[in-house]
Amino acid sequence: MMHFMLLFSRQGKLRLQKWYTATAERDKKKMVRELMQIVLARKPKMCSFLEWRDLKIVYKRYASLYFCCAIEEQDNELITLEVIHRFVELLDKYFGSVCELDIIFNFEKAYFILDEFLMGGEIQDTSKKSVLKAIEQADLLQEEDESPRSVLEEMGLA
Amino acid sequence: MALKIVKGSIDRMFDKNLQDLVRGIRNHKEDEAKYISTCIDEIKQELKQDNIAVKANAVCKLTYLQMLGYDVSWAAFNIVEVMSSSKFTYKRIGYLAASQCFHESTDVIMLTTNQIRKDLSSPNQYDTGVALTGLSCFVTPDLARDLANDIMTLMSHTKPYIRKKAVLIMYKVFLKYPESLRPAFPRLKEKLEDPDPGVQSAAVNVICELARRNPKNYLSLAPLFFKLMTSSTNNWVLIKIIKLFGALTPLEPRLGKKLIEPLTNLIHSTSAMSLLYECVNTVYIDVNTPPLPSLSLSLCLYLSLPPQLCVQKLRILIEDSDQNLKYLGLLAMSKILKTHPKSVQSHKDLILQCLDDKDESIRLRALDLLYGMVSKKNLMEIVKKLMLHVDKAEGTTYRDELLTKIIDICSQSNYQYITNFEWYISILVELTRLEGTRHGHLIASQMLDVAIRVKAIRGFAVAQMATLLDNAHLLTGNMQRMGICEVLYAAAWICGEFSEHLENPMQTLEAMLRPKVATLPGHIQAVYVQNAAKLFATVLKSQEGNTDSTAAQETSQLMIDRLPLFVQSANLEVQERASCILQLVKYIQKLQQKDVEVAEEVSALFAGELNPVAPKAQKKVPVPEGLDLDSWINEPPSESESEDEQPKAIFAKEEPKHSRPRREEVDEKELAKRREARKQEQANNPFYIKASPSSQKVYQEAPGVEHIPVVQIDLSVPLKVPGLPMSDQYVKLEEERRQKERAEKKKKEKKKRKEKRSGRGKKHDSGPESEEDITPAHQVDIVTEEMPEWSIITSYIFIKTKSYCVTVHVCSSRPLADSEKLPVRSHRAAEAPKSPTEDGDATSQEPKKKSSKEKREKKKDKDRDRKVRISTGLFLCLLGNHSHLILVSSGLPGINKCIQKSKLVFCFLPLTKVYDIQGNLQDGSQVVVSVIFENKCDSFLKSMEFNVLDSLNSKLQRPEGSGPHDGLTVPFQLPPGVSNEARFVFTVQSIIMPQKLKGTLTFIVKNEDSSTHEKLDFKLHFTCTSYLITTPCYSDAFAKLLESGDLKCSSVRLEGVNMPFHHLLARICFHHHFSVVERIDSCASMYSRSIQGHHVCLLVKTVSIDAKCDEPTLLGNVLDEIKQTFSQC
Repeated sequence: MMHFMLLFSRQGKLRLQKWYTATAERDKKKMVRELMQIVLARKPKMCSFLEWRDLKIVYKRYASLYFCCAIEEQDNELITLEVIHRFVELLDKYFGSVCELDIIFNFEKAYFILDEFLMGGEIQDTSKKSVLKAIEQADLLQEEDESPRSVLEEMGLA
Repeated sequence: MALKIVKGSIDRMFDKNLQDLVRGIRNHKEDEAKYISTCIDEIKQELKQDNIAVKANAVCKLTYLQMLGYDVSWAAFNIVEVMSSSKFTYKRIGYLAASQCFHESTDVIMLTTNQIRKDLSSPNQYDTGVALTGLSCFVTPDLARDLANDIMTLMSHTKPYIRKKAVLIMYKVFLKYPESLRPAFPRLKEKLEDPDPGVQSAAVNVICELARRNPKNYLSLAPLFFKLMTSSTNNWVLIKIIKLFGALTPLEPRLGKKLIEPLTNLIHSTSAMSLLYECVNTVYIDVNTPPLPSLSLSLCLYLSLPPQLCVQKLRILIEDSDQNLKYLGLLAMSKILKTHPKSVQSHKDLILQCLDDKDESIRLRALDLLYGMVSKKNLMEIVKKLMLHVDKAEGTTYRDELLTKIIDICSQSNYQYITNFEWYISILVELTRLEGTRHGHLIASQMLDVAIRVKAIRGFAVAQMATLLDNAHLLTGNMQRMGICEVLYAAAWICGEFSEHLENPMQTLEAMLRPKVATLPGHIQAVYVQNAAKLFATVLKSQEGNTDSTAAQETSQLMIDRLPLFVQSANLEVQERASCILQLVKYIQKLQQKDVEVAEEVSALFAGELNPVAPKAQKKVPVPEGLDLDSWINEPPSESESEDEQPKAIFAKEEPKHSRPRREEVDEKELAKRREARKQEQANNPFYIKASPSSQKVYQEAPGVEHIPVVQIDLSVPLKVPGLPMSDQYVKLEEERRQKERAEKKKKEKKKRKEKRSGRGKKHDSGPESEEDITPAHQVDIVTEEMPEWSIITSYIFIKTKSYCVTVHVCSSRPLADSEKLPVRSHRAAEAPKSPTEDGDATSQEPKKKSSKEKREKKKDKDRDRKVRISTGLFLCLLGNHSHLILVSSGLPGINKCIQKSKLVFCFLPLTKVYDIQGNLQDGSQVVVSVIFENKCDSFLKSMEFNVLDSLNSKLQRPEGSGPHDGLTVPFQLPPGVSNEARFVFTVQSIIMPQKLKGTLTFIVKNEDSSTHEKLDFKLHFTCTSYLITTPCYSDAFAKLLESGDLKCSSVRLEGVNMPFHHLLARICFHHHFSVVERIDSCASMYSRSIQGHHVCLLVKTVSIDAKCDEPTLLGNVLDEIKQTFSQC
């Protein structure tokens, strides 16, 4: 089971964090800081895995963003790399050649995509198509929510 | 009212949305904190408004701030408000915020139950979806309990989208509320065959996770999964299924057989590396790792997938250009190494190649692998390669890592793989040339360890160390190399301690007193000074033998000239030692001028030999009654006092006092007296480890350490030889030595074959040299006799029994002390010294001393009495809650002189790690009794046979083919004064009752002119405690165990026990192998496990013990034994 996923930039700014195990806020901060330091210090030609505490860390860099997952001892590192890649593909499809700024400004959307793809640290759906479909439909619903609302209506005058 | 709403909405138009916030933060890089605090103020305002859209916007911004690390827990209630909005847009934001910010201790969570339930049953599947997603992040035990039923219904929802989420979240629910597992399981099982692949894979995921925790319950699903495995083409699912089988197969070996085909197919056919890796990893690794080594072994046989196939596949991974695959290949390889070392070792070339990889983490992995791959045969080669890498390595971290690995590799399991210690010493010396290493102390401790433990190497080591000392400037010249000067510490100590091996002690002494030494760190200088004194003693001794007395006086003068430098040292330790020794030397000089011979007395100062003591020996010393280590002896000094401390400079200037030399003299005499007294005491103390440490290894080869031929080596090798590095010489020499040995062996074999030619077929095949064929050139001292039960031999502490050193008496627990007090012993010990020869003369003396015949008769009677006493009294209180038993044989008429001092020490080991090491099967019905035989008489003991009368329950394991009453031959002989250990395996059926086994030891006592056959009776007492193994237990696991209701209850009162509570606990831990789980004031819970897996839980209070165990009889007996322990106090 995946314990958490982090996205952070080359400058060490956290862009997204998802925790699948209950962790105290203070520990989260400490772990994030520690991991960022370790991962950012690694040279580009190094492999994507490292052992950290009792977890295995799998990370991959896409442009200026690092995607970093923590998995358990028995988990498969290669499949986790694929999970990361799949998530990037999903983001890419959704935003249309995704860049760091997309994730910064639409960070809630990025979370929604992640939530459709992974749940409780497990892969929810192995099909890219069905994940994207679910997100699109949820977004449609959101637009429906928003569209009929005129300014007046919103002001409580309608 | 309407106006207010209008006003709010108009305000809102000027509110920041998330994008504005993000932009704002990016624009305020310099004063981010300030900007955010104003934003938070705004958000607080927004949250106060009634408009849900405003609130949702605010919560969305808060979620972002939370990610940046700001505390937003204060807004928890507002998040709940947004969650309960009827609009999907806001609900989504609310749940997202909750999933990011809520945790188990968030108190508003309990307000959410009904809202979540409503959302779960919403007609809109996306409402249900976000609720499930959110819940998966913050589910608490309460929520799980209340919502389990709702979620279970959702598992059969018409929409696969909901089903899949519901299945996945069930895992979280099971974790928080385990009771839900049983009712939900049938439905979960159903989902394995769901038409939707997403739901199916979700179910596989959940069951796989569950099965990892408790595989036993999921065995029944194996056929279903087998079907899935052969039909599925989804790699994600396949990986999970293979993992699941990895967990199931150890429980059901028949599964293995079935899996061979599909797994082999997958390994051969798949193009997905992740799947291939999973196959290899699961089949060979997860399954093969403990706790079920024996089962997994059989599994491998069942699977009959040759490990070669697996290793070959891994080779492909390692050879791949992808760094990730390379890394994983090495990682998997290192796991296979544990079970199939042979098949991995053949890929040594590949792994050595990886040392050149540009990726450091790959290099480190390869290093790890090498650690496990070394053997006697290839150690030198591997280390040679590593040394090359050390020279090439860039960056100190990697080089330091190499250095530690080299040392680890060489020193692992007591230098098991080192056959030539001269080579090793020279490797260590070469390592000192490393620039900027931090590991000087590591090298130093290795040098010390080797020099102390490998007696045969001392001469060589001393020579090397002397060279190092001579060239100390090379090590200390550069300030950056300060780390390495630690080596000088070791060098100085070795040269001083074993100065008798020095070729030119005078030169070394001079080197140690050079002015430059004063620049070294204080602790090293201190060792220099102390060991200069030792060297001085040695030099004096050699010089006094000569007729020329001036040389000796010159040496004293040298000391007197050089030492003042150290007396001025600012380091207290250096200063104190130096001034002490300086005065001593001055006094010696005075005596020398009067032509008094002093060398003998001076060297007596440093006489004595190093003796090994087991690291945990101190534990065996019982804490004296009434000693409270936690209480202050003196009140702690107040803060102000330390500030008054005088500056160091004052100490440095202080002149040594003149009265010192006299005191020195007094001390000398008294020390000698004390030493004598102590020697006497040691001689009488059976627990004292004698100077000749015993070890099984030493007696495997008859000649012993000293007789092993040492290759002659030119000792004048300078620190750095141009051309060949030093250690290479040894590689060659070692090769020659081995060839010689091989040749000799072949000769012997030929002889044997000639003899056997007429007999049966060949037994030996002189193929390639096997591990065992290589005999080490030097032996390492290994201490076993004082090892506490079930500890693996890890390291040793050496305690010196020198005049200035504290002697440590190793005592065992109480019953030992009783046996020590036996009248027999003291009687015999007193008589012993006067009659070393009496033994042989016994018969010839008899006719002469007719008058004393009566006396002798009486004595024999007395002896018989004693025998009775021993066999009834003493022998009963053995083993069990104390680890050692000492048998003092005596009463046997006729042989009393010989055996009166022979002593048997029995210690008791349930089958634990010690056995692992030896590669035997771990088995809950086997118990190892390790017996230490110590011969304390002057005769040679041989042909020892150990026999025990088997009971129905306990049997001594005898070699195949021998009858139930045959004794076991003890595989060694005992020369006078040595001890050795033998282990005997017992099979025990039931461990719930204590047992006593009768036994005899027969042996031949051999004197110079006669030999007699003798017999010694003893009883082995297997207490129930001895079947317990100290097992740590976490408090939550402990609580679960108690709750489980499988345990029977019992209790015992401790009467008349008045000792501090922690002593009480310590006693139970020590004597009865419990571990403390939790302690609250004067109440503690303790746990232990029997070798057959019974749980024993104690709740200890000051006056009583409540206990629970799944086996009431065992519990009763253990409690009785505990009670007995305390009744003895």
